[in-house]
Amino acid sequence: MVMENCFHCGLDSIKEDQIDFDGKTFCCNGCKTVYEIFSRNDMTCYYDFEKSPGATPLDISGKYDFLDNESIVAKLLEFKEENAAIISLSIPHIHCSSCIWILENLQRLQKGISTSQVNFPQKQVRITYNPETVSLKTIVVLLSSIGYEPYISLENYETGKNNVDRSLTYKLGLAFFCFGNIMLLSFPEYFDMNEYWLDSYKPFFRWLIFALSLPAFIYSASGYYISAYKSIKSGILNIDIPIALGIIIFFVRSTFDIVMDYGSGFFDSLTGLIFFMLLGKMFQIKTYSFLSFERDFKSYFPIAITRINNDLSEESIPIYEIQKGDRIAVRNQELIPVDGILISDKAEIDYSFVTGEAIPVIKKSGDKVFAGGKQIGKLIEMEVLHSVSQSYLTQLWSNAIFQKKVEEKFKSITDTISRYFTPVLLLIAFVSLGYWIFIDATVAFNVFTAVLIVACPCALALTAPFTMGNILRIVGNKKFYLKNALVIEQLAKVDTIVFDKTGTITTNIKSNISYSGIVISDDNLLILKSVLRASNHPLSRMLYDFLPEGKRLKISEFEEIAGSGIQATIDNTQLKMGSSSFVKNQVENNLKQTSVHIEINSVYFGKYIFNNHYRDGLESLFNNLNRNYQIKVLSGDNEGERETLENLLPLGTELVFNQKPEQKLEFIKQLQNEGKNVMMVGDGLNDAGALMQSNVGISISENVNVFSPACDAILAATEFSQLDYFLKLSKKSIKVIKMSFVLSILYNFVGLSFAITGNLQPLVAAIIMPLSTVTIVSFVTIMSSYYARNNNN
Amino acid sequence: MSVIYLLISISILVAIFFFIAFIIAVKKGQYDDNYTPSVRMLFDDELIHTKKESTPNKDSEAL
Repeated sequence: MVMENCFHCGLDSIKEDQIDFDGKTFCCNGCKTVYEIFSRNDMTCYYDFEKSPGATPLDISGKYDFLDNESIVAKLLEFKEENAAIISLSIPHIHCSSCIWILENLQRLQKGISTSQVNFPQKQVRITYNPETVSLKTIVVLLSSIGYEPYISLENYETGKNNVDRSLTYKLGLAFFCFGNIMLLSFPEYFDMNEYWLDSYKPFFRWLIFALSLPAFIYSASGYYISAYKSIKSGILNIDIPIALGIIIFFVRSTFDIVMDYGSGFFDSLTGLIFFMLLGKMFQIKTYSFLSFERDFKSYFPIAITRINNDLSEESIPIYEIQKGDRIAVRNQELIPVDGILISDKAEIDYSFVTGEAIPVIKKSGDKVFAGGKQIGKLIEMEVLHSVSQSYLTQLWSNAIFQKKVEEKFKSITDTISRYFTPVLLLIAFVSLGYWIFIDATVAFNVFTAVLIVACPCALALTAPFTMGNILRIVGNKKFYLKNALVIEQLAKVDTIVFDKTGTITTNIKSNISYSGIVISDDNLLILKSVLRASNHPLSRMLYDFLPEGKRLKISEFEEIAGSGIQATIDNTQLKMGSSSFVKNQVENNLKQTSVHIEINSVYFGKYIFNNHYRDGLESLFNNLNRNYQIKVLSGDNEGERETLENLLPLGTELVFNQKPEQKLEFIKQLQNEGKNVMMVGDGLNDAGALMQSNVGISISENVNVFSPACDAILAATEFSQLDYFLKLSKKSIKVIKMSFVLSILYNFVGLSFAITGNLQPLVAAIIMPLSTVTIVSFVTIMSSYYARNNNN
Repeated sequence: MSVIYLLISISILVAIFFFIAFIIAVKKGQYDDNYTPSVRMLFDDELIHTKKESTPNKDSEAL
């Protein structure tokens, strides 16, 4: 069989299905259409930057009708005036330079768009357009038609302008500015040459340095004062207290030195210290702008829904305005935003967002339908039972755990050390003050301040940020995305791991399919596959992928009956497949099994059984983890798979079935009350509570560009078997931090010996400070990279 | 020797000028996305290349 890649999207296609156009091959009409649009507008160099960069446009008719509603549009816009409006749209498909090029040349495709700018890391495009010539709906439809469908969810509603916090960049820039200039102006002091002309300018240089240090002292270091004040107020000794104390003493002592003409002060070291500490902070903040760790149901839910009024007219309304008793319509692939009762005959609802289970659930007229499911197939109508905030799924978010901030939950390793460090430091300072005060009062003051200056735990404070920052980057490259550096410490402390079953240790993409019944001939298999191709049902897609590749046959008759199955005719062969009630006219009492029954020319052949497919490497991962951790498996499902799981998992793994979202959360809470440090690994929205409650919540994602619930870390599903490695690495990084602490304490000893003996000259300080910084930073970076590589083998 | 006052003052002023330029750049969001511009700057050449190709076309349209 000849396979060729589609010129537009790169997908394999079989020769028979190909569409040839303009000397290029395409896998489907959609891709061809996109190419046509581009070639008509002289934009084919879209294909020059990257090979097959496109995506097949999906059918979106009616999906964006809500953008006709002016009040909804107004909530989405960033800026609006009479003839200019700005909108930021997030487009998950943005992935290469071709994408940037085409999206920044939108004005050539559509009149009324003036400029568009892509933010690649955030996968966003910011479009400025003239609302009088072009509507937002037209733009969105245009984007969808060229394969860049924007993702508009409830999260975008009322966000409007998002203010970016750039204060750290300002602080860092300012600190660097002050540090650099002060360094330059300090040079004459370093080489204390006692030349007449340098001496006479001393006051000028010194006061200039003083003036330059003020902005760094006041603004750049302000974060440390605030944090120190807060921690004193709450009675915790965190690392920021000695830092803030050191900085203030530094400044007071240096100012005193200038005023009294004792020396030039330590302004160069002071600003250098502030600069390096801010740099460490910056390094630690490795953000994955395209990921969000704070997602709740809002990023899954649509902005608007179609309401059917009493006079049967349809109207798009924002989903917050849905009220109990309303009648709403849900189209194919649309999410059900509220709980309700089904009015239409039958519905097939895919709850994979909520449970991770890909196989849809069938509902009949009068059944209760819960929010969070996706309708597959025909448009359905339903009557609303609860408003959005009171629906079953959304109520999970009213749990207290979602109100807490994660940072406040745990104490970091640096803070733990500083609990001992701060009292010891103060003790040394006061002892040396007490000793010197009997010998020389002025020296006593100098020594006291020098101790606090030298021992200022800058090296200590730099260790964690640089180690964590480096580890964050390393694991990020391996597709394990951490929310922040604190997560690494939490990972190292974990002793119990709780896994969700569906979607986490099983995958919903591949299914384990087995067949039981009369053998089907190759010809018939071909017919089967051709028929399956026409169906969009998840089971059909899975079975289609499972069956062997073959020539495509022409279907003469095809009918898909929602919730039942498919009826089709090919070459006078009649085919019936689907549920047992549909094929055999009898209901099978086996709820634990998902199967598709086959009937060809009125002869019943057999059934395909879909078993959960466990992720590759699961067994060895669990065996490795079992040595150091307690493992538990939670499942929202029934006990159908208990035996398989028991065979697969190490002996003694606790298995808990039939768990509702709140019960999962309670289960974690229970473990924590027993003093366990729990890591939860989950995927769906139903795990959101448990992920939040656990010490570390890791969400497994088949596609990291798509959405995952609020969590501490996102792990790409392909890297699932690497979990063991990541846990080991987190432990190693704590080891690196501890080693570096020892190193920085050694430095402090050297510095302190200068300080206590009263010999701390500005030049000595100017050498010791940066030297210790540089050693610490390079030590932790090299060590953590070394462990990351070593662990890999 | 008072020229040193002048020189140092000028050097500080120059430094402040660049610092202000930096602040303005940050404020305008130039540091928010430090990946896309690196890709974007490579497009210009390609654009000219395609324009050359398509000029005859456009001319005929104009006529």
